Amino acid sequence: MSNLLDLLIAGLATGAIYAIVAVGFTLLWQTSQTINFAQGEFVMLPAFLMLAVMHAGAPFWVAIVIGIALSLLLLGLGFKLLLVDPMLRHGVLPLAIATMALAIGIKEAAKQFWSAEASPFPSIIPGGDITIFGRIVALQSIGVLVLAILAVLGLTTLLNRTSIGHQMQAAAQNPTVARIVGVPVERMILLTFLINAFLVALASLLITPIYLAKFSNGEVLGQAAFIAAIVGGFNQVRGAIAGGLLIGVVDNLSAAYVSTQYRAAVPLVLLIAIILFRPQGMMGRPEERTV
Amino acid sequence: MTAAKYPKIGFGIVVIAALIIVPMNFNRYGLFILSQWAVMTIAAMGLNLTLGYAGQVSLAQGAFVGIGAYAAAIMTSNGLPLIAALGVAIVLCFVIGWILGYPALRVQHHYLAFVTLAFSTLAFLVFRNEDWLTKGIYGISNIPRPEIFGYPTRRPLPFYYVCLGSLGIVSLAVWWLIRSPWGRAFIALRENPVRALSLGIDTRRYTLMAFAIGSALGGIAGTLYAPLTQYVDPVPFHLSLSLDLLMMVIVGGSGFFFGPFLGAMIAVLLPEWLRFTQGYYLMLYAIAVIGLLIYSPTGILGILDRFISERRTKAASALRAVAKAKLETAP
Repeated sequence: MSNLLDLLIAGLATGAIYAIVAVGFTLLWQTSQTINFAQGEFVMLPAFLMLAVMHAGAPFWVAIVIGIALSLLLLGLGFKLLLVDPMLRHGVLPLAIATMALAIGIKEAAKQFWSAEASPFPSIIPGGDITIFGRIVALQSIGVLVLAILAVLGLTTLLNRTSIGHQMQAAAQNPTVARIVGVPVERMILLTFLINAFLVALASLLITPIYLAKFSNGEVLGQAAFIAAIVGGFNQVRGAIAGGLLIGVVDNLSAAYVSTQYRAAVPLVLLIAIILFRPQGMMGRPEERTV
Repeated sequence: MTAAKYPKIGFGIVVIAALIIVPMNFNRYGLFILSQWAVMTIAAMGLNLTLGYAGQVSLAQGAFVGIGAYAAAIMTSNGLPLIAALGVAIVLCFVIGWILGYPALRVQHHYLAFVTLAFSTLAFLVFRNEDWLTKGIYGISNIPRPEIFGYPTRRPLPFYYVCLGSLGIVSLAVWWLIRSPWGRAFIALRENPVRALSLGIDTRRYTLMAFAIGSALGGIAGTLYAPLTQYVDPVPFHLSLSLDLLMMVIVGGSGFFFGPFLGAMIAVLLPEWLRFTQGYYLMLYAIAVIGLLIYSPTGILGILDRFISERRTKAASALRAVAKAKLETAP
């Protein structure tokens, strides 16, 4: 029983990171029909940018600031201007395929310019354990969970309680009408790309100390985020959060209770089941089919 | 139009003759690369049927190549002939492809991409973990090459001809298929599924068929892949093979008959020519693919097609202008 509780906490911690990545993923889909197959690589890259800055001799916090700034520039603005804007007119599928090519490109770039070996990455959360209600819990797990929850709360507050958030939702739900009532739709779409870039940088900061910085990290992370987004519901931010947490827990539990060999299969089977029986996800609304 | 056909047929004959004659004095490695091109073209043609003609995304083609390769590896190393393995691979991939098509009846686009992606990863796990069948990470080695009509193909050149011959047979079959009512139904499915349905096309059956036939071609490619490399382990059939095959179809030109030939040539031969770029090759390839997609989402043949149709329109409007001038000057 105690083992189960530990697994749950560790699962929620990784799940919270998946949730952050999945939320960014769904935001891009909602505002600009972008299925970002490079989302996992987007999470992998900021850690490498930060490592490069630290390699140049800067302290950790400076590296974090520059790393986040660079990912806003490259993965937010650059991604939108150089890839999404020119591809969007070709339709959803060519754009998705272009992001697959981008994923290969980013992965190879990290391998070439940095290293094919895994590099250690410092954690912003101090190591060690703390005791809560007589139980020993890794500070790392709690810290990740708290930071991720704060990020998600911040985002939902932004989306639901502020004027900018309402404008973003309007731009996502019906761009034509939003434009008529005076919402600067283009700026709102750019904002979602920047938010996504920030979220992936944050996820990178949280997960890389656990996984080490490796060029192939994106594959696992990207797949986990896709599955979280689909299981939760592609068109709902809270769906993506629930999906992320669920996948994190399922992942950890199946590592312990299913064979380690087929651990990776459990979330995939869950994904196929959800797509077959409830394609809109646990919390999503069905999308209307258009002719 | 018939006059324009002869240069095309002539060009085709020259290319086929070159593919047969030129490699005769190639070394072992050159023949391996060319055989690999033939095998990958078959797999990409299958994906082109599913994606290019029927418009159904699949990220699982690499898994079907894997299934075919394992079928060939397991059966031929137990003394069964390759042709039996081919039959098993085709039936197996057809059936699994058919089943994998079912989600496509419910969901489209990215959802379908994810289902097939999940299938691809599951297949990889089975290849890696079912030691009793696939020998796991150690792989199956010393896969024999077949005898064709009693003639051994152990040496690289005869086996290259096996691959080329198979490519020829598959190409003819696909050529016939896309010109049959089935091919037209596939295109109708891609262009507008609702209209296709309202015209009385059984979209359900054709969607499943598009998956099943495309997957079976992946299986055929796999049964050639195993005797070609003579060693099969799970690594080559990772998700990245499916992505590579998708890139081949897209780069060459999805929905064009010759797209996979060109795409596979670029994907297989270009790394050899670009050796000097060392590890940067894949990065440059990815950037080039993105650039190409921005310029022309239907690939290289799409550019060619656009160029030709523009020239035709120009020629036609020039003729019209002449005709108009004549009409106006006429009394």
